[in-house]
Amino acid sequence: MAKKKTEQKKWPEKWHEVNPGCMVFAAGSAANYKTGSWKSQRPLTDNAKCIKCGICYIFCPEACIQEVKDGFFEANLDYCKGCGICAHECWPGAIVMREEEE
Amino acid sequence: MGKRIGMEVAIAAAEAVALCNIDVAAVYPITPQSHIAEHMADIIHDGRIDAEFITVESEHSAISACAGASAAGARAYTATSSQGLMLMHEILPIVSAMRLPICMANANRAVSGPLNIWNDHGDIMPQRDSGWISLFTENGQEAIDLSIMSFKIAEDPEVMLPCVVNIDGFQLTHMIEPLELPGQAEVAKFLPPRKPFAQLHPDNPISMGCFAMPDTYTETVKAKETALINSKKIITRVFSEWAKRFGRKYNVVETYRTKGADTLLLTMGSMGETAATAVDEMRKAGKKVGLVKLRLWRPFPVEELKAAIKECKTLIVMDRAISTGGAGGPVATDIKSLLYGEKTRPRILNVIAGLGGRDLTVEDFVAMFEMAKKKKDETYELYGVRE
Amino acid sequence: MNSVQNFEIFAPKLIDRKEYISAGHRACQGCGEVLALRHILKALGDDVVVANATGCMEIISSGYPQTAWEVPYVHVAFENAAAVGSGVEAALKALRRKGRIADRDVKTIAVAGDGGTADIGLQALSGAMERGHDMIFFCLDNEAYMNTGIQRSSATPFMAATTTSPAGKAIPGQRTQKKNVPEIMVAHKVPYVATACPSYPIDLINKVKKAKEVKGPAYVHVFSMCPTGWRCASEITIKMGRLAVETGVFPLYEVENGQYRLTMEVPEKLRPVGDYLKPQGRFRHLGPSDIEKVQAQVIREWEILLNKVECMQPW
Repeated sequence: MAKKKTEQKKWPEKWHEVNPGCMVFAAGSAANYKTGSWKSQRPLTDNAKCIKCGICYIFCPEACIQEVKDGFFEANLDYCKGCGICAHECWPGAIVMREEEE
Repeated sequence: MGKRIGMEVAIAAAEAVALCNIDVAAVYPITPQSHIAEHMADIIHDGRIDAEFITVESEHSAISACAGASAAGARAYTATSSQGLMLMHEILPIVSAMRLPICMANANRAVSGPLNIWNDHGDIMPQRDSGWISLFTENGQEAIDLSIMSFKIAEDPEVMLPCVVNIDGFQLTHMIEPLELPGQAEVAKFLPPRKPFAQLHPDNPISMGCFAMPDTYTETVKAKETALINSKKIITRVFSEWAKRFGRKYNVVETYRTKGADTLLLTMGSMGETAATAVDEMRKAGKKVGLVKLRLWRPFPVEELKAAIKECKTLIVMDRAISTGGAGGPVATDIKSLLYGEKTRPRILNVIAGLGGRDLTVEDFVAMFEMAKKKKDETYELYGVRE
Repeated sequence: MNSVQNFEIFAPKLIDRKEYISAGHRACQGCGEVLALRHILKALGDDVVVANATGCMEIISSGYPQTAWEVPYVHVAFENAAAVGSGVEAALKALRRKGRIADRDVKTIAVAGDGGTADIGLQALSGAMERGHDMIFFCLDNEAYMNTGIQRSSATPFMAATTTSPAGKAIPGQRTQKKNVPEIMVAHKVPYVATACPSYPIDLINKVKKAKEVKGPAYVHVFSMCPTGWRCASEITIKMGRLAVETGVFPLYEVENGQYRLTMEVPEKLRPVGDYLKPQGRFRHLGPSDIEKVQAQVIREWEILLNKVECMQPW
């Protein structure tokens, strides 16, 4: 799920710049933090096997799997933590987890 | 000047809040606040005001419900005392940090143990660091007036802090006094409906109560501290507006016959009236004594206090609470710290008295003036303890 | 009872695409709790206000200056989600009546973990449900105080190892049975009480939608698989939820005005509980006789539930 680029506050803030009560006005601004760096494995989808059921989309805890062209599904690697749920749940085995190479 | 009728102070406080267009009241009963809770219930159940009355299952939930209500944009009110205030203790600094302008009446009562339902200030003192504005009332009219003003102060966009109005339990809450309730139309002009800085609603989704990492927490402390200290300006302004509209003038520090006094007594709360009578008696006998009354406890009115005591040689500071194992009474401790850097300061005699509802009479105050003359050092006195 | 009956939707593809918790939240890899929250919010839509207790979901989503929440959200403390929610609900009611906010339904929900529901939060929950606020309370149950480092709660299952109920030489894990909070809610006469699991997303979403329709209190107890705290691989999160249901450890049911109904396929015989226990490190100290004990208890609870389904009349 590609998040719209939300404004990141200048950091670190001076005391009078901190929002009153530590309120955060930018809904969904957590998307500025790319959790993709956490993963040690990444999911690879073989569209030839994909049956477009959407199971990977519904079971991703990061909500980072989104529908792409022609109804296939793809993980946004900026956020994917490599948990492997999508690969494990995929019925036709269209998703496999591959070690991240550095 | 309007009509004065005999009313129990607790009932009057509830009636005053009923004039304030509150949206939500969440109250848990505790002696001696219970008449406030019960009368609020009467007012709402009779349909006299349009507000939600949440009969919460504890004081912790009372202040939590007020927090939720205030965060959602409502004008929220609660009242408590002693053990109830202690149970709220966890949430008080959260509410002030979240800048929620909740108003609360506290019927000052001693804190357990042992269990004691009568008046002293031991319940509000542990909350002095919580970031709440704290006002003290001396009589029923002040309870009415300050209850109404507290909403205006708390909700001011430059303040946005919760406010507690202290009303001595039994000593004041259960007294019947001739009191004047302002008219609804005048109060509505003085206090329009709340316009929140931010509120919880899907039309503009925000997150409130987010946590802060070490790199931010200190800045939030500075922000809250600054807001509380600056609130004195707004409190003074609201007091002036009240005087213009309703004819009664309040000050953050009240003085009584301090001119030319070499010994001053300092009090907070209802004992001020008794102390004033003692001052009158002593003045009649030719003694140069006077009275200073702290109306504003937090933020501490430093400049005003210094101005009030600048001529005196001895300052007797009354505390109706003790900071156990510390330097004595909380009020005296604060005053001593604040005067520490001054080139000249009066001799300070801290008297802790009136604990657990023990009555303070005119004779007691006269005796304190005598004791002040005799006492050589500045250690605190636990007045009247049977040894 | 066949759980596919009366579903408006039956395919994951057809579930509302809007995300109410943004990616970039700091939950562990494979977190079942944030997945449950994701499904819950999809079922509720935009017109909701969330009162959240301190816990995993609060910490991973609301670290200043960022928030993962796309809906209005408030966090105050650990034990008062239900009390804060009560205040929000009352405020929205009063403000709407007085014309200070838009004249449309906005649902208040309170979200807490098993600690903030069954232990430190139980008083506030009981009070709120008794007062009848128009609010849904969600318990996201990962069976321990996970956020503070996997300490036991009253929702920790029998013999599970946690840091405060470790599998020691003298005492092997949690000594007590899991507290049954849905039953406590039924005893409060909450009009809609349900158990749900994100491994069954359609069932979960439909239950949440049902809870939303109630003009009064509702309670949904959501099994939240936790690979970190349960010491199992992150990719089998969904499978663990299924195993919990299929073995009868966490049956899926709902109670509408006192009438019990199972919302899962009722098997001839429950799957052996060992299938559920073996993949989890928190149960690895269990020997065959321990597993028998657990199995006996699971079957006992299951039969009590089946009995309620058969016998309980609506209020």
